[in-house]
Amino acid sequence: MLRITDTSLRDGSHHKRHQFTADEVRSIVAALDDAGVPVIEVTHGDGLGGSSFTYGFSKTPEQELISVAVRTARNAKIAFLMLPGVGVKDDILVAQDNGASICRIATHCTEADIAVQHFGLARERGLETVGFLMMAHSQPPEVIARQGRIMADAGCQCVYVVDSAGALVLEQVSDRVSALVAELGADAEAGFHGHENLGLSVANSIAAIRAGARQIDGSARRFGAGAGNTATEALVGVCDKLGIETGIDFFKIVDAAEDVVLPAMPEECKLDRMALLMGYAGVYSSFLKHAYRQAERYGVSGAEILVQAGERKLVGGQEDQLADIAINLAAKVPR
Amino acid sequence: MGVPAAIVGSGNIGTDLLYKLQRSEVIDPVWMVGIDPDSEGLKRAAALGLETTSDGVDALLSSANRPQLVFEATSAYVHRANAPRYEEAGIRAIDLTPAAIGPYVVPPVNLDEHLDATNVNLITCGGQATIPIVAAVSRVAEVPYAEIVASVASVSAGPGTRANIDEFTRTTSRGIEVMGGATRGKAIIVLNPADPPMIMRDTIICAIPSDADHSAIAASVTSMVAEVASYVPGYRLLNEPQFDPADGVAPARVTVFVEVEGAGDFLPPYAGNLDIMTAAAVRVGERIAHAQDHGHVAAGRLAP
Repeated sequence: MLRITDTSLRDGSHHKRHQFTADEVRSIVAALDDAGVPVIEVTHGDGLGGSSFTYGFSKTPEQELISVAVRTARNAKIAFLMLPGVGVKDDILVAQDNGASICRIATHCTEADIAVQHFGLARERGLETVGFLMMAHSQPPEVIARQGRIMADAGCQCVYVVDSAGALVLEQVSDRVSALVAELGADAEAGFHGHENLGLSVANSIAAIRAGARQIDGSARRFGAGAGNTATEALVGVCDKLGIETGIDFFKIVDAAEDVVLPAMPEECKLDRMALLMGYAGVYSSFLKHAYRQAERYGVSGAEILVQAGERKLVGGQEDQLADIAINLAAKVPR
Repeated sequence: MGVPAAIVGSGNIGTDLLYKLQRSEVIDPVWMVGIDPDSEGLKRAAALGLETTSDGVDALLSSANRPQLVFEATSAYVHRANAPRYEEAGIRAIDLTPAAIGPYVVPPVNLDEHLDATNVNLITCGGQATIPIVAAVSRVAEVPYAEIVASVASVSAGPGTRANIDEFTRTTSRGIEVMGGATRGKAIIVLNPADPPMIMRDTIICAIPSDADHSAIAASVTSMVAEVASYVPGYRLLNEPQFDPADGVAPARVTVFVEVEGAGDFLPPYAGNLDIMTAAAVRVGERIAHAQDHGHVAAGRLAP
């Protein structure tokens, strides 16, 4: 059976500018759990310890939100994300104490070795592990496979191809997933996390499944960074049509997305100019809201900030540099 | 003749240090110690006329030509073993590893307090680059919280850093508090694999009171940048400090962007993160050597 993880309460945190309340988490977890979603991820958008000036302060401490999610879910497991360099091992232990059982650890797709100590700790403590190779479009399949091997050897049980920029197109997804599956064999599973920036997240997810991915991320109502993630409800519907078992009730997840998740969203995640630019130029989806903020603060074009972020080859975590780009753009504006 | 010094560790850092110390008027590098006879660093040191050994510190400590200062560029593990032996031999140690046996030192912030220490530690590259800015803000305004983001080129982050990245974030966060003067500190590190490699960049964000004196903060930051640049020539402010009012859950703040370009002595110029460590080590060594010197002169004058 395909395992779907819903990340609306983690990736959606970017779109929500990290302002989730305990009530929103409670109602979303209850609805997703009732629909049969097996795994629900809850954390600050940038992972444990992400609450900061640079990425945005959380309205409610993420560990409190994790606790609420754990207490609410009857069947679903609660997962959390952490990025080495932002969060630390102690954060993992606190999340586990709060009842989360799946530790997802993300690095840029060339830097897997910075996560070795965290995978080691997670496994030693009996947590299930998932590894995220972010910005996977930026490296060829063989690099993704090699980095996946580093994660698997460190104790990662499922390595994800993470299309953080929503830049991958169909075969580019299957090539990377196939390379991972060939490298990892029985040592670890492969997974895929998509974004909708080029309008392909569901199709890319199916390509990943056909290439051997066993775990796929979705977000109800696409609640996520950039143009949002793979809509969980659409993916479930498509899987039903293709005879791929997910264990999720299509009608219930459709209702949850519309009646429970949508009301918690500040607005729909749109496939608009900025989002398309991110997919096209290969820019980290979480930069979107920050680019809007800096564009407003300095009176410059948000699109131009994103284009320059692509030219500078910024990676996830370098949100601080968007302000520097905006200041430089503003300095050239004649007054 | 300057104060005789040894470099222990003949890797990239030790070799870069060798070239910087060659230029010093206060310190004479006389020894380089390694463990690999084929090491490029040892060959270069020998060619420059230093005594070298690939048998570790034993040869150094039993030599008639013992240094007064040692720069340790090995690993935390090796320095923990060597440190007591240096102390016993009366050799003062400047530790570039994460061992942190002696107090943390960031030259323009607290070096004066530790000129007598037998062992000092240079914290982290991110700490050397950002703590001076936090201190510059906190000396003119209250800083309840400070946050730094250090971006470094992937190729400049060695296996030690990679294997224990938590050590970087925890140690730097603590330094922001203890030396920087922020009530609470947070450090973030990002490795960027772009090719050509990016030059080290650091962003420092300090929470400040809403009524803080912006021009005093800006002036304090500018003068601190000049002070760091006096021993790290490639250390520069990228923009004027940016001031933002409180909004939502975020308090009022000042944001400072710096870039650290290396001098390109042995390490490539993008590796400002490594250059700022070796440059700080030289500054610390020179100040300690200088203080020792003055001590001698004073003692001589006072002696009956």
